[in-house]
Formats: sequence, structure tokens, C-alpha cells
Amino acid sequence: MTEGLRYAYAVVRDTDAPQAARTALERVPGVAGEPVVAVRHLGLAVLAGTVPAEDFDEGPLRQRLDDMAWLERVARTHQRVVDTVGAESCVIPVRLATVCQGEEGLRRMLAAGRERFASALDRLEGRVEWGVKAYAATPVPEGPSAAQEPPAPEGPPAGTPSAPGGMSGRDYLRRRKAQRQATERRWGDTEEGARLVHDTLSGLAERARLHPPQDPRLSGVSDRNVLNAAYLVRREDSAAFAERVGELAGRTAALRVELTGPWAPYSFTAPDETDAPDETDARDGTDARDGAESTGAEG
Amino acid sequence: MTVAPEGPLAHQQIALVDVLDRLLAGGVVITGDLTLRIADVDLVRIDLRALISSVNANVPSPWEEP
Repeated sequence: MTEGLRYAYAVVRDTDAPQAARTALERVPGVAGEPVVAVRHLGLAVLAGTVPAEDFDEGPLRQRLDDMAWLERVARTHQRVVDTVGAESCVIPVRLATVCQGEEGLRRMLAAGRERFASALDRLEGRVEWGVKAYAATPVPEGPSAAQEPPAPEGPPAGTPSAPGGMSGRDYLRRRKAQRQATERRWGDTEEGARLVHDTLSGLAERARLHPPQDPRLSGVSDRNVLNAAYLVRREDSAAFAERVGELAGRTAALRVELTGPWAPYSFTAPDETDAPDETDARDGTDARDGAESTGAEG
Repeated sequence: MTVAPEGPLAHQQIALVDVLDRLLAGGVVITGDLTLRIADVDLVRIDLRALISSVNANVPSPWEEP
């Protein structure tokens, strides 16, 4: 059967690798429980599976994506397929929920992206992605009300208790100011620490990319996420990279550092847009961070 | 201060948010009439809404809504 919708997971070279990937995928079904197969064209192969239109056609897919349990299952399955293929060969992950019309659609996708895929495969061969996140521990406010109150511009408003414990208004304001400064200093330290971690790791990696800081409501981690970065590292340099992460974590007491990976190179499928030396890539990340914050702020 | 133990991803439960960071912001993007047009921005917005409402439903958030 060559008609129907096809969900694409990853693009690989059409060498002997697709055969190895297919063998490995025999026990790893796709997002609809379907077998994942290689569709070959022009020296490339895309790993894809046939998915039902009632879930994956445009309208239903949009609705399904509002269902958290469905989204999680699809995302984790997609990742498992990509990991399985990536263990056998150099892999270009395809973005979540990429659906083509039939095998012909997959072949046209390979034809249209042929040069882009070939250069990405050259760039990514033998590389893995490592994720590094750094968190600042949330400062604990000393007074019970210090964290919630908006700054009082002219002292406490009339009619409300001026300060806890019979403190004078001036003492109260002084204490509030000291608390605020301590908080700012601490966050300043952690920002600086995060920058040090990122600069150091960028120097060890071929490329770096800053993802937006994770929203505590999504991650379930209350500590402020000050760094959420991905690094493209040669497979053989991975142990040294991980060791360096550990050293940096120990050096910055105000930070908690987490390492995840190795991942397939999800964050590095796009060509380096600047076409400049790799290090510049990391600095461009501030734009991505700003943009993502504006996207993520509204739920 | 601490580093999460490294190891094959298969042996630990990876946080969904880490997976989505990569699957929604990474991966090669195919455009054109041969794919369904799920715009990136729409997709991310949909997902964040789903995620946040889901998280809020299960775990009361200590933060006020912005």
C-alpha cells in the first residue's frame, strides 16, 4: 500500500544502514503502533510509518495535540524510534508531527531536501547532543510577606499594619532593601555562573544552542532555570565533555547542574545560519531565548 | 552542585519537557504542500497550553498565573 498518510521520524543515508535500522525497528512500533519502514530515494532513506487519517490528518491532529496524554505518548514514541535508528547510523531527526501524503510524499520530501539532508548528514556524522541545564535555588524570603508584597514606594499605605513586630517604618524599609539586594546579588551570581558554564562548554563543543529556559509549570522544578543548552559533541569526546560538566557543577555553588544525553542531534539539524565559525552560534541564542519567553509566557 | 548520573537514555525516565524541547524546537522542518501544514508556532502554542493546563489540573501550582 502506497497511499495514506505517512508519519516521518528520521532521515538517514541509503547505505546498508537502513537495513540495520529496519532490523532494530522490528520491535519498536511507531506512533500509531504501526511498523516503521525505510522509504528510499536518491541515496537517502526516510524512516516512516502509515498512520490513520482519523488521528493524523490535519484537523484531528490539531485536536489530538491538545490531549496531553496523547502528545506525551507520541513524543516518547517518536523519540524511541529516532534513538533506535540513531544507534545504527547517523540520523537527522524530523520534527514532531510531520505527516506526508503517501510514499510519494515521502519521496518528494527527500528530493526537495536532498542537498540540505546530505550536508546535515556530513555535519552530524559521529556527533551526539548533550543537554545541560542549570538551576538557581529559589531564595527563601525571610519575612512571611516579603516575597508577595509589591514594593511600597512611600512606605506602608495608611490603614495597614506598618511592619511586623513593632519595627519602625525605617527599619522595615531598610530590611526590605537588604533582602532585595541579597536576592539580586544571588541571582547575579547564578547568571554569571551559568554564563561561565555555557562559555566553557561551548568551547568544548562543535556547536551550541540555547533552548528557552524551562517553565517551572512544565518542568515541575521550582528552582529557576537559568541555562537550558544543547551541545553538539563528537561521540569520542563525550566522556571528557561529561567530566567537564561535573567539574563546572562543583565550582559554582549557587547552581545545580543537570546533564542529559546522549541525544540524537535534534537541536542541530538546521544549518548554521551565520555560516561563520561554530562558536558564534551559541551567542545568537539570546534571540531564541527572548522569543521563546514571549511565546511561553501565555498559556 | 550536583550532576545527574549520565547513562543511556533508555535506562532513565527522561522528563517530558526535555523531550519536547527537542521535538518541538529541534528536528528538521519539512515545509511545502507535501506535508500537512502544522505551523511551528501554532504547534508550540497548542502544546504549551495543553501542558500547562494538564500540569495545573494535577499539581496545584505555587505560582500565580501571569
